[in-house]
Amino acid sequence: MGIESDLFCSNLVRRFGSNAAVDHVSLDVPAGTFFSILGPSGCGKTTLLRLLAGFDRPDEGDIHIRGARMNDVPPNRRPVNMVFQHLALFPTMSVGDNIGYGLKRQKVPAAERRTRIARVLEQVGLPGMENRNPGELSGGQRQRVALARCLVLEPTLLLLDEPLGALDLKLREQMKIELKHLQKAFGTTFVYITHDQSEAMVMSDQVAVMKDGRFDQVAPPEELYREPATPFVAGFVGDNNRLTGELVAVQDELAELRLDDGSMVRGRLGQSSPPIGERVDLFIRPESLVLGGDALRPDYSALRASVTATLFDGANSRLEADSAGQTLYARLPQDGSAPRLREGAGVQLAWDPMLARVFAPGAA
Amino acid sequence: MNASAGRLSLWLLLTPFLLWIVLLVLVPHLQMLRVSFQVRESWDTLAWGLEQYQNFFTESYYWRTFVRTGVMSLFTTFLTLLIAFPIAWYIARLARGRAKGLLFLACLVPFWASELVRTYGWMILLRESGLFSSWLQALGWADGPVEMLYNDVAVIIGLVYNGLLFMVVPLVTTLDGMDENLVEAGYDLGGSHLTVLREVVVPWAMPGIVSGCIVVFMLTLGSYLTPILMGGKDSAWFTGQIFTQFITRFNWEQGAALGVLLLVLSSLIVWLGLKLSGQSLRKVMG
Repeated sequence: MGIESDLFCSNLVRRFGSNAAVDHVSLDVPAGTFFSILGPSGCGKTTLLRLLAGFDRPDEGDIHIRGARMNDVPPNRRPVNMVFQHLALFPTMSVGDNIGYGLKRQKVPAAERRTRIARVLEQVGLPGMENRNPGELSGGQRQRVALARCLVLEPTLLLLDEPLGALDLKLREQMKIELKHLQKAFGTTFVYITHDQSEAMVMSDQVAVMKDGRFDQVAPPEELYREPATPFVAGFVGDNNRLTGELVAVQDELAELRLDDGSMVRGRLGQSSPPIGERVDLFIRPESLVLGGDALRPDYSALRASVTATLFDGANSRLEADSAGQTLYARLPQDGSAPRLREGAGVQLAWDPMLARVFAPGAA
Repeated sequence: MNASAGRLSLWLLLTPFLLWIVLLVLVPHLQMLRVSFQVRESWDTLAWGLEQYQNFFTESYYWRTFVRTGVMSLFTTFLTLLIAFPIAWYIARLARGRAKGLLFLACLVPFWASELVRTYGWMILLRESGLFSSWLQALGWADGPVEMLYNDVAVIIGLVYNGLLFMVVPLVTTLDGMDENLVEAGYDLGGSHLTVLREVVVPWAMPGIVSGCIVVFMLTLGSYLTPILMGGKDSAWFTGQIFTQFITRFNWEQGAALGVLLLVLSSLIVWLGLKLSGQSLRKVMG
């Protein structure tokens, strides 16, 4: 870790007019990591990636790749390659020439070029495709050619700009897993940007959640999911229910709040402790909500709600319920343990307060 | 009923096109081809023969002019491409919104005046008593009036100027459609400016380059006013030869033969250009 990492950035700033698209971002990506930057569109993630690739210069801050300062190095001299959102395969060249383009620039002799092209095509699962035209390939195959074109150069860092966005759902799921395996096989450090939290969660070792040009939280996917540091992360990563109420008491790390209909619920406080009487949000995940009163333990918080709909979606089946005007979703396990519920029926939704998170709105 | 109505409307639509092709293209060319093989034996008798074509090859002045016109047209086309490419690049890739429209308009404006007026504009600048000459004298860089007209450079300047728009338009169209990421990918994978231009941009723009070159080459080869006015008596442009035969010497047979040869030359060079650049006419003309 530190300045010798594959990628180390300190206090990067990029302003457009008075608006800072990238606002004092620091990051440290050790070798061999799959690092994702996750954020909604317009959060500055593409600008950040272009700074790393060298298409744009930071106004402040430094970019170090394996200890070498990269700020003034043009994109063609950086040990960094990029897979573009729309892939940008050269349409006038064959698959082999596309992959050979970078090798030619490195003055690799023709015979070695051929063997390396053949080898990388085999590694991405497209053996013998050298003479095909990119236009003749399917979306998934083009994706792999774009990857091979970069990986054949053995870059220190591979940048990926939402390359799965253009694929259909089924293929996207498949490519997610394949990309992760390829990253492990090549051992290259990946920096992947996406707005799709499932992509980031499935593939990454580390995820940075970005909002308004800043990193809200940098953590492994599981920690992001279980221990969100900010209300934005809690709402953005994974499904979450949000209940708004007034903070009435804090006991150790548990906060008690009174919802608008007067019911009292509890949850674990996030990092900051807001003053008593403040409006706060409680986040509770659909799978943490327990249905019915049988298994209810005394320390659980509970709410009365009425069923609005049951949404069957296989393993993702959910119950939509309404509690004092706030919509809640609870997961319906499909192993037969969930009770059959009609629309309008009353249910009790309960949860372990340790699994709920309480934040003051807008807390960073 | 319906089928015959359909056929009627098809013919009605085709008629202007067919009339145009037949009356203005096919008939004159066939007539010219026929006349070029006629040999005038006496004032009222004609025979078939190759005399006009023999004249062309035996009179060195004819074929020297012919070769000179071809080579200078090729050079003019190449020069036009070199000048038009950065202009087209700027209009297509760098200019935004209003500036783009204005720049395009600026390329178009000279073509609102006739070729004669445009050429006369250059003559005002370049002639002995012209603007450039007087500026040079005022600056003390020349002792007396400088004649810049009536040489090959002046002819090429005029021809490049006339062809520029026809090169810029197809180039802007092709460059406009190029994904910005292609250029970035070219750099990202280690290419220098020159490599990206050679390996990525030029291959992409090839259809535009070839179609622009064909149009400019044909225009230049067949232009008459500019070489005569800016090159003077000694411009030795092949169209001038044809004019002389038809109008001055009233030798229609010789003029027709020269015309046929010019047509063959331009077709041959365009065909060669397409072969060499690996493009087909269908792809280039879209």
